[in-house]
Amino acid sequence: MTTTASEAKGARGEGWRTESMVLNLGPSHPAMHGTLRVLVELDGETILHAIPEIGYLHRGFEKGAEKGTWTKVIPFTDRLNYCSALLNNIGYVKAVEKMLGVTVTERCRAIRVIIGELSRIMDHLIAVGTNIVDIGALTNFWYTFNTRERIYNVVEELCGARLTTCYTRIGGLANDLNDTFVAGVRELLKEIPVAVREVESLVRDNRIFLDRTVGVGAITTDEAISWGWTGPCLRATGLAHDLRKRDGYDGYNDYDWDVPVGENGDTYDRIFVRIYEIYESLRIVEQALDRLPGGPVNIDDPRVVLPPKGEVYGNIEGLMNHFKLIMEGIIVPAGEHYDATEAANGELGFHCVSDGSGNPYKVKVRSPSLALFAAYPRLIKGRMISDAIAIIGSLNIIAGELDR
Amino acid sequence: MIGEAARARLGDAVRETRAEHGIEVLLVHPARVTDVLRFLRDDPALAFVMLLDVTATDGIQLGWPERFRVAYHLYSMVRNERVRVIANLPEAKPELPSAFGMWKSADWLERETYDQYGIVFTGHPNLVRLLNHKDFAGHPLRKDYDIKKGQWLSEPDDLMDQLEKARAGLLADY
Repeated sequence: MTTTASEAKGARGEGWRTESMVLNLGPSHPAMHGTLRVLVELDGETILHAIPEIGYLHRGFEKGAEKGTWTKVIPFTDRLNYCSALLNNIGYVKAVEKMLGVTVTERCRAIRVIIGELSRIMDHLIAVGTNIVDIGALTNFWYTFNTRERIYNVVEELCGARLTTCYTRIGGLANDLNDTFVAGVRELLKEIPVAVREVESLVRDNRIFLDRTVGVGAITTDEAISWGWTGPCLRATGLAHDLRKRDGYDGYNDYDWDVPVGENGDTYDRIFVRIYEIYESLRIVEQALDRLPGGPVNIDDPRVVLPPKGEVYGNIEGLMNHFKLIMEGIIVPAGEHYDATEAANGELGFHCVSDGSGNPYKVKVRSPSLALFAAYPRLIKGRMISDAIAIIGSLNIIAGELDR
Repeated sequence: MIGEAARARLGDAVRETRAEHGIEVLLVHPARVTDVLRFLRDDPALAFVMLLDVTATDGIQLGWPERFRVAYHLYSMVRNERVRVIANLPEAKPELPSAFGMWKSADWLERETYDQYGIVFTGHPNLVRLLNHKDFAGHPLRKDYDIKKGQWLSEPDDLMDQLEKARAGLLADY
């Protein structure tokens, strides 16, 4: 710790000398959500300056992506926002599918909507749960995390993993839904609203909660746009911008749902936008389940999708096709594309460059957390340390996608 | 359409326009990239108010006449449309004027592009590494940086130089 001297003013009396204090928040502290480090200069408990340092979880996603086939990037995307891996899986394969010029099947689109929204619910449950814990309200944590655990059970039965799902494939999905999936999700549709309502009723009009969140870390729409904010944090400022509505990818516009927006862009609004988005996601999932189309989940294109195992072991064409797709990878036509989806924290973009081979020439991730965290010093300057903790939780910075 | 509007206003600052996978791409003169960005942002009919990402591509294995291509991804709320502004830069002098001050998001995005590719954004008041360690040598996303090359860097950054800049009001959040 180092100190810097400044002249004392006002209440402490003339001639007294006080020093501001420089303190590290993080990187290894539970309230800093993993690996975030912020150097703050303090006057008492008031933050004068804040310097974030990121990169503690930088694993070279983009460099690693260049070294394998296009398909091998999918497991890497699990490790971006690890709270909602399925949404990252979906975002990446959508970008590659666009470059290939293929359209996935109706059933695949509907399944992607269902798992994507379940994933968004999980992410919001974590964000809201930990945020309110950071503020000091522990009880809500069990409501959100128990529910999240039940969703994980369904996801685990679907693809074998809880967090690192790796469930989508270019041109489809790793496998069709398991037999118990639909019944499991129907059960979740009943359980999740109960838990979310419990949390909502604990905090909505709670005096302490209001004091800790209303007006804390407020930002206007124009400023949020200048920072490149997207997702729930931008919507909390009152702007109904949601790529699911605006792009309508995967048929999101076929479902009946609304975009919740806040008013003041403060911590309270950010928490409640997420809570209301959970309800909207549930509406989407319910409709998607009701009209889940039949048919295959993968497109019928041997250039993109692996042949069925029976053919791989049964005839030479199937074996060769499998070998080529595994060893050389899917051949993506030369060119560039930037494609974005609405992930749990906002616009998740993939800028892919292909040289016409089976390996990506470049994959750049546009992560929503980077834009949010860049604005963090602006939000906490002049506020107390305890506000800084409340604010960082409401931004839901995920180091995995921040540092890549 | 976007490219034509920009060309009508800014002349040869826009060298070439094309559409790729439904996104309009504007190849611009590197020295005038901020003019084009400002026009795209401020023209009320275009209103590309969001700078979502800045990145570069190292074209050394693609046989490009110039090694680097920097891409700016913009989004317009009004038009619900994206545009990509690109500029080619030679290996000897990979420099571009900074969009710092035009968008707050430009600060970190340009720092990251500098960090990963060694693109220099002139006029950026705090062009330091973002993701990699401060003593890291080289730019890891350049194609000639070997993925297996390891660098042992354990010295923590006390960030005091950054704090001095913050006190002087040089950082984007002020």
